[in-house]
Amino acid sequence: MGIVKTDELVFEYIRRDEEGNVDGITTAVDHVSLDVQPGSFIAILGHNGSGKSTLAKHINAILSPTEGTVIVDGMDTTDDTKTWDIRQCAGMVFQNPDNQIIGQVVEEDVGFGPENMGVPTKEIWERVEESLKAVGMYEFRKYSPGRLSGGQKQRVSIAGVLAMHPKVIIFDEPTAMLDPVGRKEVIRSARALNQVEGITIILITHYMEEIVHADQVFVMDQGKIAMKGTPREIFSQVEKLRSLRLDVPQVTMLAHILRKRGLQIPEGILTREELIKAICGD
Amino acid sequence: MLKDITLGQYYQTESVIHRLDPRVKIGGTLLFIISILLYKYITGYAIAVLFVAFVICLSHVPFKFMVRGMRSVLVLMLITVIFNLIMTSQGEPVVQIWKITITDEGLVLALSMMLRLALLVIGSSVMTLTTTPNNLADGMEKMLGFLKVFRVPVHEVAMTMSIALRFIPLLMEETDKIMKAQMARGADFEHGNLFVRAKAMVPLLVPLFISAFRRANDLAMAMEARCYRGGDGRTKMKPLKYHKRDYIAYGILILFMIVSVWFGRTKWW
Amino acid sequence: MPIILDHVNYIYQDGGNEQVMALKDINLTIPDGQFIGIIGHTGSGKSTLVQHLNGLLKATSGHIYYDGQDIYEKDYQLKDLRSKVGLVFQYPEHQLFEADIFSDVCFGPKNLGLPKKDVEYRAFNALRSVGMPEELYYQSPFDLSGGQKRRVAIAGVLAMQPKVLVLDEPTAGLDPRGRDEILGLIKDLQTGSNMTIILVSHSMEDVAQYVDRILVMDHGSILYDGTPREVFRHYKELETIGLAAPQVTYIMHELKAKGLSVDEDAITLNEAADQIMNLFRR
Repeated sequence: MGIVKTDELVFEYIRRDEEGNVDGITTAVDHVSLDVQPGSFIAILGHNGSGKSTLAKHINAILSPTEGTVIVDGMDTTDDTKTWDIRQCAGMVFQNPDNQIIGQVVEEDVGFGPENMGVPTKEIWERVEESLKAVGMYEFRKYSPGRLSGGQKQRVSIAGVLAMHPKVIIFDEPTAMLDPVGRKEVIRSARALNQVEGITIILITHYMEEIVHADQVFVMDQGKIAMKGTPREIFSQVEKLRSLRLDVPQVTMLAHILRKRGLQIPEGILTREELIKAICGD
Repeated sequence: MLKDITLGQYYQTESVIHRLDPRVKIGGTLLFIISILLYKYITGYAIAVLFVAFVICLSHVPFKFMVRGMRSVLVLMLITVIFNLIMTSQGEPVVQIWKITITDEGLVLALSMMLRLALLVIGSSVMTLTTTPNNLADGMEKMLGFLKVFRVPVHEVAMTMSIALRFIPLLMEETDKIMKAQMARGADFEHGNLFVRAKAMVPLLVPLFISAFRRANDLAMAMEARCYRGGDGRTKMKPLKYHKRDYIAYGILILFMIVSVWFGRTKWW
Repeated sequence: MPIILDHVNYIYQDGGNEQVMALKDINLTIPDGQFIGIIGHTGSGKSTLVQHLNGLLKATSGHIYYDGQDIYEKDYQLKDLRSKVGLVFQYPEHQLFEADIFSDVCFGPKNLGLPKKDVEYRAFNALRSVGMPEELYYQSPFDLSGGQKRRVAIAGVLAMQPKVLVLDEPTAGLDPRGRDEILGLIKDLQTGSNMTIILVSHSMEDVAQYVDRILVMDHGSILYDGTPREVFRHYKELETIGLAAPQVTYIMHELKAKGLSVDEDAITLNEAADQIMNLFRR
């Protein structure tokens, strides 16, 4: 069994109108079953409103399923006694870089998680140092968050989660509010954590360029999993992705256009190098 | 813009005063204020002035920063001085302007009152200039810890305060952004009478409130995701511990209080 | 009514009492009806520059002329300027405040002191031009999706009937479909009404596809000013200042380097596809 497993997960909420009367029921997550293997890098894609963020919030027990189960490292998220253990095991980095930093100084923010867990003072400092070094922000430890760029703030938040020694880190659209430089920094950190520390990464995003190195990709639409496969398999289905309101990187799109015009290129081209090779034929 | 969260108060530098435990500084400021309010004669104020000058020297904060706080009470000071000069009738007359007699006792009293105000302001400035807001909040949380017995949510209040402090610069930036966005749509925040201007604040305040609520919501979720569950069982990364210098400071403060109050309430001449 | 910037400098004090020169000797003429893209790394001065165009920021030295008039002249009404040069900030939906979107869009024209009929007429037109369905006009802005809210915010500025429209990162935070919709909307506005449009963006691909002219900003100065083709020829220099050219540019240059005779100036997908297909037609 994987480290994160959902079984026919359903999440519904009631829509109410201005007077508080029931307007209808929205099924944000519709019978989703996932099995994430430890140490893997998973990407969940989908347009805004597809249910990907709602799904993510079930993994660290912020939301409770309407139906179905979510098991994290053997623990059921509906078990109240295990909530804190689940959250220590599955950490989350959110979208807004400012709205998840609590400390007035970088090192204090990174220590917030361990403080909550009752970790002894000396060990907190050790964890803070190793986490900041792991994301390359150690020299900034005495800075106040206001002096950092968006990408740097997100790295601090990653360190804050890392300091809790999680097995899984969920990234909920971590780059949506960043500039291209910041986006690269964050994705690089996520990949490093996966490859070097063996942490399972679940990346929620709608930027296709970020998922190129994922082990498995899930594409969501209207609460359901519409597509599933390796990045190459997903990228091969350009038309389907566009119908799901997603885009592909320019490279893949160019390959697609060329193929439509009759050129014999393999499907699912992910990188520039692959495209050049395919065109030049060597 | 206000990138460093100090409300423009904290002056960053190295000094023994900076390194003192915040509880010493909070308690010290209280003792100082109480002493000043107990003086009857100018001798007390004189000793206090010397003491404050000594502390400011130790703090390595440039004098001009200490005096900044006085700007807000300048008017009050002026009124107090003039009032005391004019209204005091005891003592030997020194000068006569029109029908107003200024006596030597009046002069001394006016000076004393002015010093009293100045010392109160500077005394508190020493605390805020040498202690970060977060440090102050920690100090208050520790000092008021005993209130937990009475079910007062000391930890929660301290946490709220420190989060609010962290977000002040952000909210100020956001206010600026929203103002500019509405001004780009022709909003006018400067002209008009009080009523007109109050109404003009709506397009500024509504988005600001909504943004503040949104931040609070996001932050609460982030805190829960990092296992925050209130003050129970929490350890501290930077726990407050007294050092030798803190005990010495307490000693000096108590000595100061005793000496200055005794001299300040005893008539020498 | 062209906008002319003449030796504009902008200096401000940052929190640490340091002087920051945000704009250095900017000389720029913006003719009517042009579609301009401004690109630059974070902190390059792009947002500062556009805030000078409608008088929100005042240049420390230098002149700015709108339609032949010096906007810093004594009796010049900056409020008038703001109705002619409309500025849509980043995440413009954060400025919505009225109980229903129609009232919010009326805010701009109302501030111009127009009679009620004109105000409402403009609001209707603006909402229609951004493609908002009439049934939603009396909804609260908070019931709408992110993309819809953004369109309402843009309508709020369009209701001022500006001759020049400046948009600061209008696609920030939107998913691919949302991005395409907003950019398509902007393009339609430009072709339909001959508005001058200035787009500040981080996305080279978007800028390459839509604009006539690109300004590259770096540390407060204009580094390059030319057509997209001209600017992206400097793709190597762009990299040194933290920017990139569209993916397509790199592909074309690499193909050329491999000895294939392609025109490296192709900057859109279709141009690139044409060039590559031509290779195989011999």
